[in-house]
This record gives sequence, structure tokens and C-alpha cells, in this order.
Amino acid sequence: MAPALEPMVGRYLRVEIEGVPHRIYFEEAGQGIPLVCLHTAGADNRQYRHLLADPDVTRRFRVLAFDLPWHGKSTPPDGWERSEYKLTTQSYTAAIRAFCRAMELDKPVVMGCSIGGRIVLNLAIAHAAEFRALIALEAADFQQPWYDTSWLHRADVHGGEVCAALVSGLVAPQSPAVSRHETLWMYMQGGPGVFKGDLYFYRVDGDLREKVKTIDTRVCPLYLLTGEYDFSCTPEDTLRTAGHIPGVDVTIMKEVGHFPMSENPAQFRKYILPVLDKISSSP
Amino acid sequence: MTPADRFARLPDLLAADTDLIRRGRRLAVDCRVDVGGEPFFLAIRDGALASLERGARLMHSTAFSFRATEEAWTNYWKPIPAPGWHDLFALTKRGAASIDGDLRPFMQNLQFFKDLLALPRREAA
Repeated sequence: MAPALEPMVGRYLRVEIEGVPHRIYFEEAGQGIPLVCLHTAGADNRQYRHLLADPDVTRRFRVLAFDLPWHGKSTPPDGWERSEYKLTTQSYTAAIRAFCRAMELDKPVVMGCSIGGRIVLNLAIAHAAEFRALIALEAADFQQPWYDTSWLHRADVHGGEVCAALVSGLVAPQSPAVSRHETLWMYMQGGPGVFKGDLYFYRVDGDLREKVKTIDTRVCPLYLLTGEYDFSCTPEDTLRTAGHIPGVDVTIMKEVGHFPMSENPAQFRKYILPVLDKISSSP
Repeated sequence: MTPADRFARLPDLLAADTDLIRRGRRLAVDCRVDVGGEPFFLAIRDGALASLERGARLMHSTAFSFRATEEAWTNYWKPIPAPGWHDLFALTKRGAASIDGDLRPFMQNLQFFKDLLALPRREAA
């Protein structure tokens, strides 16, 4: 019997980000329009494994999902042990653009979730002409904090377990148990302080409430999709953001929480395929 | 059955969940849970309930308290809770619940406490 291989292939890319050499892990599958996928804070590209294995996506899109530096199989830069990891709007934007440039992607689509959704808004604000379309999942220009991130990295609390337990409430109750726990497993595997460092961007550095008003969807179409069970980035947060962006396409997804692509791939598919149809059928 | 009556059945519900007891096996803590205006005092030892006392107690010391309104617990314990009522932190974020005291044992065993306090969901109201 032939081995039951999944279609995605994983490789490492050598790339400089803001002048610092990095070794970035990514997985890809399919051909056609490049579709770069950004994972949530404290997680990695495995969140997109179902999309990477979906023929209805990969026959039209070359799907690429990379691990941010410090995440998954992308190692931190040399000397990491002497620094505290903090993601910023600038460093996150630089990492995405460096990946796209190094991979020689021609006007890719970028889809990100949570912090990945927030940074997609920044791409729409500052670099729209570089992209064919932008998709922000569970994204808003600002969200009200709901816990103290200092609990995420301290000696007397297990970082992986507390990160997973915190975000477990962001998974919709309807999501299949297997997918719920696979999503949480990724959170249990994050490096110490990495989820907290990602949230620096989310909480401190990435307030886009004024800047989203400058987004021009005629330069680059923008799609916002948020799950009804996401109480971190609520549907109201996303709809408020959309209210400032003429021409934006906004959808509230039923029976989905903060991790649509990994917590309930079948449900997410119902919502993302029509968006990908629109993108692939436009010039 | 009132929400407090439902919570009073916690000892039987936990005793029936050997997996949850296993996950809490290193936990020993005294804490307080308020269901509306009614306090409950939980003594947890090795992941099991050594005691659950219902009603006010004079000078009873606990590590932390989790308090929520009757409306919050009623919604939280629905078989499929509505958005915004489905997690302890969704309740605190909307102002329907609060946590006070030494949060360290709570955060060290966060998934245990989330699952413990969700146990009444398994029984119809």
C-alpha cells in the first residue's frame, strides 16, 4: 500500500528580517495565486494544515504558511537568550514582507488570524499596493483586554498549560473535540514568553483605531471574517472596524470562535471558499 | 431547580469524572464560588472535593473567590451556551462575574477550574 502522504511540503528559508539573519520554516501546497497564511499569537503554521490539504483551495492557490520567528520550527535569531521577545507592528510587518520578497511572490494574498488579522489591517494601511487581496480573520483595530498577560510567563505557572487554558474559552462550543484539543496542543508547545511577546503587539503597540480610516479597498480588496464565539475580538469589534473602511467585505461566522481554520475546519471552509472564489475570479 | 441547587450537586458530578480528578491530582486549595447571592466553600484535595459547604460561614478563609450572577451561571450551564456566556473569562469581561484573592492556584490549574465549574452543564436544569 502506498504511504498516506499529505500534500503539503515543509522547507526552511534563509532570509534577513530587519538586517538579522533568520531561518524560517514554512509549508506549502498548491499552485496559482500565492496565498500567505499567518498563524495566531503563540501558535504556529499547523493551524492551516486543513487549508493546505484542501484541493478546492490548492488547485487555484499556492498556499504558504510560515512560522513567525520564535514560533513552531522557526528558531529565534542568534543571541535570543539575551533578549526578551516582543513583537511590534514594525517587526511583524517586516517579517511578512521579507518572506514574500524572499520567496519572490508576485502580489500575494495574505490571510492572517488574530494578531495575524491585526497585522493584515496594517498591511492594508501601509502596503496595500503590494498585495492582490487581504483577509483578516478575528481582526479589529483595537480590542478590550480581558486578562493580565503577566500570567503567561512566570516560574510558578506552567506557560504552555496556562496559555492553552486561557484561549480554550475562545473556541466555540460546537467545534469538534478533536480539533479543539489539537488547537490547544499547539498553544501548549509555544516557547516561554512567546505568546506574551506576541501580545505586546496586540495590546501595546498595535492600536490602529485612527489608521484604519485611511484604508483604500480600491487599491487592495479587504475581507474581514470573525467568529460569533470570539469574545477576544468580538463581532462588534470587527463590525466597528469595518464601519470605518468603505468597500470592506465583512462576515460574521456562525458556530466558530477565535481559531476558525483549526478549531472547525469544515465550518470555516463554508465561509472562506466564497471569499477565495471572489479573489480568484477578479483580475 | 435554582442555579445554586444545581451547583450543590457538584460533589456527585466531580466524583463521576475520574479524568478531571486525575488532572487535578496535584491540587489542594480552599476556594469560594458564589452563585448569585449564595456562597459555596470548596475544599479541594488531590483533585477531589473533600467538602462543599453551602451558605455563609463566619471568618472562613479561602485562597480565592469566583463570583457570578445567577443569570451568568444559568447561561454558562446551558448545553450550548450563547456567545459571550460560554467561558469564565467571557463572563468576567462582560461584567457578570469577578475573581478575587490569590489567583495563583486558580491560574496554575486554570483548565481544571474551567471544567470543574462547567460540570453542572452536564445535567439539565
